[in-house]
Amino acid sequence: MTDTRNTRLDAINARLDAVIAKPDAVLVAAAPQLAEELLVLGEAILEIWLAAHGAGPTALKVEGFRLLALHRQGARNDPSFNACRETCRELVYHRNLVVLEPAHADTARRLRLGAMVTRHLALFIGGKLEVAGLGEFCCSSRPLRQREAAAQQAEIA
Amino acid sequence: MSGKYQKVAYYPGCALEGTGHAYNRSTKELGKALGLELAELDNWNCCGAMEVKNIDPKLQTYLSARNLSIAQDMGFDTVMAPCNGCYHNLKKAEYDLANDPDSRAVNNRLSSKAGHKTYQAGKVTTIHALDWIKEAIGEEGLKARVKNSLKDLKVANYYGCMYTRPRHIFPEKDKGPGSESTSKPHFMDDLLAAAGAENVDYPLKTACCGGAHTLSDSDTSTKLVLNLLTTAEACGADVIATECPTCHSGLETHQVRAEKVFGRKTTVKILYFTQLLGMALGLSARKVGVHENFSESSAFLRARGLG
Repeated sequence: MTDTRNTRLDAINARLDAVIAKPDAVLVAAAPQLAEELLVLGEAILEIWLAAHGAGPTALKVEGFRLLALHRQGARNDPSFNACRETCRELVYHRNLVVLEPAHADTARRLRLGAMVTRHLALFIGGKLEVAGLGEFCCSSRPLRQREAAAQQAEIA
Repeated sequence: MSGKYQKVAYYPGCALEGTGHAYNRSTKELGKALGLELAELDNWNCCGAMEVKNIDPKLQTYLSARNLSIAQDMGFDTVMAPCNGCYHNLKKAEYDLANDPDSRAVNNRLSSKAGHKTYQAGKVTTIHALDWIKEAIGEEGLKARVKNSLKDLKVANYYGCMYTRPRHIFPEKDKGPGSESTSKPHFMDDLLAAAGAENVDYPLKTACCGGAHTLSDSDTSTKLVLNLLTTAEACGADVIATECPTCHSGLETHQVRAEKVFGRKTTVKILYFTQLLGMALGLSARKVGVHENFSESSAFLRARGLG
């Protein structure tokens, strides 16, 4: 991973840690803005992945959210990216909860959980940038080693 | 109780004979307590796990198909696999054999060479332990049998990745009311709620735990697991219920590693759903293998009148 990507992900993680650590009253006072910010941070995480793979991040939206469009873009020809599909959808869900009901008694908790979900996305993408195969070994397993195995077989033969 | 799945073929897979031994024990004990019968596959083999699949997915299809063939030979039309990896692989084999002529050709060739019957798609249905209990006993049936309610437990249900992904190998899911959801699974939630537990709304129930990279990139796995644990605690959970031996051992070992490496202590307990249901039915903690878990939950359970 290059330093730039590292720095950007580190900055995002630091911001998420700061949101999670805020007192309830501070979270509630700025709830809708913070919820939108989490969504933007989620988009920024996916942009880092797309940029690292030479793709221009889309400006389109899916179901009204650019985050979901960016996920779809990342998942094209890369099924392992579906390992963060539900994480993206949970982020949208938590953003909606806060924006639609900012005065709800659970708003601070919902924001913190939204930030934790965003952090999972950052960790997953950060992990994938570190080890490209992350997510390609379990639910999206594909023959990553087929070429190496074929070469070994040929050598043996 | 529907009568369906009263007796099914049982494919424990290798994890349940090793690190997931407590899952094997608790699944069998739970079945016994519920009057359900499991017939372990004779001479079963590895499902191809992830290692074979990452080299030759068609060989993995054959390995899983051989197990399905054994189930058929034993006279079963249903095989239950509690491990998410095994469950996923048998489902994948079923899908590949139904849809991919090359996979069928490899399966035919290797089955002939090995000298056993070639498995044909559609003969045996693979189910998970969650499907087994949900269908054979159901929530009402469980409620009627509960002796020790799980009412003092707040549970985050963690399904992991292989129970629902990729969606196309699980054609029975996402079929509306009564069926399992691939985006927000709920069968484990339903069963534990029936046993009295309070489920928390856990937003990371299918999120990646980095399990397969636990050796090649341990820090990534630990950070992902730590986030799963802290999020469960933030949801108010005091227990994470699991239904996969790989997830379970990953959560347990990285809970320890998170404290050692990152100085982050979490106290949420990690228990198989079969252990929780077993204790709800009055089985002792020992009977369902709580002592075989890597983490210590006995005192926590005793304080709540369980085990």
